[in-house]
Amino acid sequence: MTVWDELVGMLTDPFMQRALVVAALVGLTAPVIGTYLVQRRLSLLGDGIGHVALTGVALGWLVGNTLELTRQDALALPGAVLAAILGAVAIEVVRSRGRTSGDVALALLFYGGIAGGVLIIGQAGGTSANLVGYLFGSISTVSSGDVWLTVALSALVLVVGVGLRTALFAVSQDEEFARASGLPVRVLNLLIAVVAALTVTVAMRVVGLLLVSALMIVPVAVAQLVASSFARTMAVAMTVGVVVTVCGLSITYWEDAAPGAMIVVLAIGLYALTALLRPLLRRRRTPLRDPHPQLDDDVQITAARTA
Amino acid sequence: MTEVLAAAGLRVTLGGATILHDVDLTVSDGEVVGLLGANGSGKSTLVRALVGVVPAERGTVRLLGEPLGRRTPWDRIGYVPQRVAVASGVPATAREVVVSGMLHGRRLVPPRHAGRRAAEALELVGLGHLAHRACQELSGGQQQRVLIARALVRRPDLLLLDEPVAGVDLPSQEAFARALADLRTSGTTVVVVLHELGALAPLVRRAVVLRHGSVVHDGAPPAPAPGHAAPSHDHVHPHGGEDASPPDALGLSTVGWSS
Repeated sequence: MTVWDELVGMLTDPFMQRALVVAALVGLTAPVIGTYLVQRRLSLLGDGIGHVALTGVALGWLVGNTLELTRQDALALPGAVLAAILGAVAIEVVRSRGRTSGDVALALLFYGGIAGGVLIIGQAGGTSANLVGYLFGSISTVSSGDVWLTVALSALVLVVGVGLRTALFAVSQDEEFARASGLPVRVLNLLIAVVAALTVTVAMRVVGLLLVSALMIVPVAVAQLVASSFARTMAVAMTVGVVVTVCGLSITYWEDAAPGAMIVVLAIGLYALTALLRPLLRRRRTPLRDPHPQLDDDVQITAARTA
Repeated sequence: MTEVLAAAGLRVTLGGATILHDVDLTVSDGEVVGLLGANGSGKSTLVRALVGVVPAERGTVRLLGEPLGRRTPWDRIGYVPQRVAVASGVPATAREVVVSGMLHGRRLVPPRHAGRRAAEALELVGLGHLAHRACQELSGGQQQRVLIARALVRRPDLLLLDEPVAGVDLPSQEAFARALADLRTSGTTVVVVLHELGALAPLVRRAVVLRHGSVVHDGAPPAPAPGHAAPSHDHVHPHGGEDASPPDALGLSTVGWSS
């Protein structure tokens, strides 16, 4: 079999088709919201939400069991969405009230989320093994219903994240100025938190809750190395996101490896490579520019040293 | 003369401490008012309370005839906060920061001509050539001018500035003084928090001095306290240089530090 046949084989596999669509959409949308999180210095927010979503997954199981649904995990995703939104709003409220306790609140969510998830899944008659699919992703089991849900949520993230870019930029960049412009600062902050929560639950299937934050943050970190504007950073991050998710998933079609972990390792590898090549890229683009602004001296120097 | 800004009985308490004690302030159309006072006298808090960044415990604020809140015509008000690090986690160009100034309470998406207006505002503060440079790469004074351009991009009728020339290099100060003179000519009302009048002395006709959270002077700008002329005084911005001392033995001379 040639490489071409292999590629055609992958692209005609219905499981793989669904997985590729979901992965590409997640790769496109996760960095959008990640850009705002990095700008607000809340890079770990996605992680905190992911941990809380685990409790939501377990609660979904518990309710599903109580209602004696045929599919035990039918309510896992709605549970995750609900818990993630509640967690994100809680973090935002704590952050806006007092800055000092923000990271403590994040830590509480991290540990409470995981511990709650493991305890509740036990009550629901499952084992922690049932949670592993959510912790590390289970993209090979994506159904066509999941694909449509992902399409809808991705569209929402793009409409909010790209459509309201200037407003979200303004409130993330200088909250005081945004408030003094009469912008609805609280609504915009909550919007970022809720969209971040939705992104986490969408990306859960691809990379898993433990690695979801990586897909939001690492592409932005790569983009920051090469871009000098906010719009460019977001565009480059989205491109990087799509490239690593599609490539990472494709590799696992041939090599037996966990797709989520492969995608994240690829992204971090790309970051390392860009960081190494950055001096070369920068030098070529801006040939010998004096970094000092051209300003008059504060002191008068009559005999400047030439050597 | 219409009242552009009217604060009555304004009391602000932050963290249990009363920062402003029942301050009254009225500014008429076209005035340029300097808010002076020592560090910690409450002048920054006053400006921040006037634009609703810090909540007032008591008292009322009216901006351009409307009470502070939903009905405030934010598109006619420009605010320049005390310089914070413009540089955040993600790089942003000067133009992007200025375009964000086009947004206000009733506009969440920038209009079509936002780019052109941003370019004009940057030109006004003498940074037209740096519009596409990342803010992180600009000097402190240039970053401050970006923030001023962000307030000017709306073409405000009322401009409030918090220490716009503190720690700013001399060319940026002069560029700012020129921009302010143009604004006054075109009828903009300006309230500016200052540590010292410095380069803005010719423009500021009325000074409001705060001490311990109360207004202690309102009228012609007062003379600086005696200690301020001494070389040992800790200046936060350079003086305008008119009389340069003769060069000393090292071949160096300080500009404008009259002793």
